[in-house]
Amino acid sequence: MQDKYNNKTKYKPILPSHSEWPIVKLSKNMPAFIEKVSVDSFEKIKSIKNEEQKLIEELERTRYREKLRVQKMPWSVDPDDDYDFWKKVKKQLVSNSGKPNETTKPADKILKSITDRYANEIASTFKPSSHRFARRVTTFGFARLLNAAHSGRFSGLFKARHTLRDKIRIRGSVDHLRDLAKKGTIIMVPTHFSNLDSVLIGWVIQALGLPPFIYGAGLNLFNIKLFAYFMNSLGAYKVDRRKKNLIYLETLKSYSDLAIQEGCHSLFFPGGTRSRSGAIETELKRGLLGTSIQAQLANFKNNKDHKIFVVPVVLNYNFVLEAPSLIEHFLKQKGQERYYTENDEYSTSYKISKFLFKFFTKQSDISVSIGKPMDLFGNYVDADGHSIGQNGRYIATKDYFLRDGKFVDDPQRDEEYTRNLSKRIVEEFHRNNEVLPSHLVAYIGFKLLRKKFPDLDLFNFLRLPEDELLLDYGEFTREVEKLVKIIKIIEEEGGILTSPALNKPATEIIERGLDNLGIFHTNLPLVRNEQGDIETESLSLLYFYHNRLRGYNFDEYGG
Amino acid sequence: MAGKYVGVIGAGSFGTVVANLLAENTKVKLYTRNADKIKDINSNRMNVGFALHKNIEACNNLEQIAGECETLFPIIPSANFRQMMRDFSPFLHPYHTMIHGTKGLDVTLPQGMSLDNNDVEFNRTNVKTMSEVIRDESVVVRIGCLAGPNLAKEINNKQPAATVVASSFDSVIKEGQRLLRSDLFQVYGNKDLIGIELTGVLKNIIALASGALNGLGYGENARAMLISRGLVEMIYLGKALGGNLQAFIGLAGVGDLVATSSSTFSRNFTVGKRLASGENIKDIIQSMNEVAEGVNTVKIVKKFAEHYGFRAPITETLFKILNGDKSVEDGLTYLMKLPLNVDIDFM
Repeated sequence: MQDKYNNKTKYKPILPSHSEWPIVKLSKNMPAFIEKVSVDSFEKIKSIKNEEQKLIEELERTRYREKLRVQKMPWSVDPDDDYDFWKKVKKQLVSNSGKPNETTKPADKILKSITDRYANEIASTFKPSSHRFARRVTTFGFARLLNAAHSGRFSGLFKARHTLRDKIRIRGSVDHLRDLAKKGTIIMVPTHFSNLDSVLIGWVIQALGLPPFIYGAGLNLFNIKLFAYFMNSLGAYKVDRRKKNLIYLETLKSYSDLAIQEGCHSLFFPGGTRSRSGAIETELKRGLLGTSIQAQLANFKNNKDHKIFVVPVVLNYNFVLEAPSLIEHFLKQKGQERYYTENDEYSTSYKISKFLFKFFTKQSDISVSIGKPMDLFGNYVDADGHSIGQNGRYIATKDYFLRDGKFVDDPQRDEEYTRNLSKRIVEEFHRNNEVLPSHLVAYIGFKLLRKKFPDLDLFNFLRLPEDELLLDYGEFTREVEKLVKIIKIIEEEGGILTSPALNKPATEIIERGLDNLGIFHTNLPLVRNEQGDIETESLSLLYFYHNRLRGYNFDEYGG
Repeated sequence: MAGKYVGVIGAGSFGTVVANLLAENTKVKLYTRNADKIKDINSNRMNVGFALHKNIEACNNLEQIAGECETLFPIIPSANFRQMMRDFSPFLHPYHTMIHGTKGLDVTLPQGMSLDNNDVEFNRTNVKTMSEVIRDESVVVRIGCLAGPNLAKEINNKQPAATVVASSFDSVIKEGQRLLRSDLFQVYGNKDLIGIELTGVLKNIIALASGALNGLGYGENARAMLISRGLVEMIYLGKALGGNLQAFIGLAGVGDLVATSSSTFSRNFTVGKRLASGENIKDIIQSMNEVAEGVNTVKIVKKFAEHYGFRAPITETLFKILNGDKSVEDGLTYLMKLPLNVDIDFM
């Protein structure tokens, strides 16, 4: 609700005692919970594959794909008995072929053994003690890094003058979020540009005094010991992107669905993976998002009025270390990634530490915008969690699931609701996007250069030799002034946010923008040359950063 | 469910016919703004020249309708649609289903501006379909529309016909089918709500033009030319407004286009025909009891096409004719001279 910068505020934990945290309660009964997940997904798959023959085919398909995965893409985190397990499944399938049995239901047994296995794989092992430790390491460690970087000396490691709180601005509906976290279950959905986002978000959650959120982390991250330790202790459950089979996906959804029903606040990166193009996500993955709607329906059916809220969060910073490989990937494929390929930047603990250092020290501006909380149908909610409809009237969210006064199961309806929700999240992302000077100069720089070559398509344009691309400083300044005006109008309308730096004169905005834009890349997206004009050292990187402000229809405002 | 009512909002000719179709399967509340009409309808069992089914009750209380009916069919002129939704909104809930049958567009203009103002520019944010108006103004999400060759008089005479119920919700389509289907009335489903709404809206432009051709005394070759070229123009406009090609080649697209471009029962066709005979548009509108949506649609779509910089020759020509800047004859000559000679370029 309030929109101020609160660098200084210290937030008290809303649930001081660990034992009250939903995630701790869940962890205490983990074996029972895993069994619940397994049974739930078992039943869902049985209802999708409602004939013995269909189920057997699905098991066959799963086994085959899993065999390929074990052979072709083994990871160090994979359990040792992976190969044996699937071999056993094959044996069972073969020995039962041709004789479906109504009484012993061999296919059911095989299915249950698979959902058991998957549920165990996915489950997190949250321990309050290691959580406390990990938390201390992150805050303490990052703070020390900051000080070291700030003073430029190693001795800075021992000073505690600068804290993360100084470095990171949190703006937006903070108190509102804290209120709602006491009244219902929060689904936090941040934008996703960098692998470090989960660390940053983890820190934000803690800084806001919220109990830990559960979070589906890519299993690949567990390959790296350092990450694995943090992830486990932060309440992450594991998402294996190699497994695309129905049984696995349903088990994963059951896990999320049931955990939300238990009241665990959850974090989804709804874009699925990091934004390849540098643009704010416009297409969201709806699989996990949909589990929040399932959980809400289940709560209502179980007579629990416990409400679920969605809070969009936008992370704003001046550079994304992975930008070069992300944009390259985007331009090369412009399609969906089939397998998650691990990027070089994160392959060892050493490289991660180095990156963490860069990430938190070289960024002059990190801001986190907490969007207005909504219900699962995209309606804003008030401080008490009431959904507000047109003209300020309350909406009973139950009504979305009712037909003739009764709760109705209708997966297609819920898919539509999920689609609508993801549309609303995308809108809120755009509204809560904070324009930093660096975003602004990147946008203008790319636009002006692009205008010079209207006949080239994007790909040919990006292949132009960079050294011939020059922008006149005067023209650049005028364009900045014009765009700032437009952005301010859009901000007035509630369509975007601006960094305080945008109130400065254009020349200062440009200076600040150029100083910060992707500063750690070898080839800079924009630089000012000795003649005072502006040039680029990497068009594709410029394109990446420019994309951040795409989709705002500046032209409609005369831009 | 037997005791429940289904609501029809708007007692014009199409609203009345839809109420009659529904009444075959369920009890119906028919809403009209006009309190005098209620008495008339409930005692004489007649409305706009159509006999009413015994299952229909007239009513003019929106709160009551919203309370008694979970499924509602708003069928009123597009120009009044937003205001109706504003009045209705306080009584509506997310469990309501709304399947509208209005084939027009809604325009929100800056204060003091009217549709005839030359400076007004339209883009997709101020031009809305009726389903979008329902979403704007209420918490209703289960939204669908009715579209197809459904000339009210023919349905009323118990001639066989078919319609399309479009919605992104399967349950809305099923509900529409369950309620409307009868031995003489077939109901198809379609998931492209916006596309189907747009076919119904845009075909009115072509119906106007077809009426004009007919008024000039031309025959079937000319009509066929117009219908097929008109379909191409509809598809271009429809895509720009967010519909899919598929919607336009189905019952609600080609089907409705053929019906309204050939029938004197069609209001839009009639307007075109009278224009060709030299009548003034103001006089024509004044003399008609019901709204011909096509007239406003031409104005809106012309400006919309202008804003996005694409050509819509039939619409542009009709716009000039409606404005009195061109006669129907000149308009036709102009279209015949256009150097557009690719038959199909949209697939």
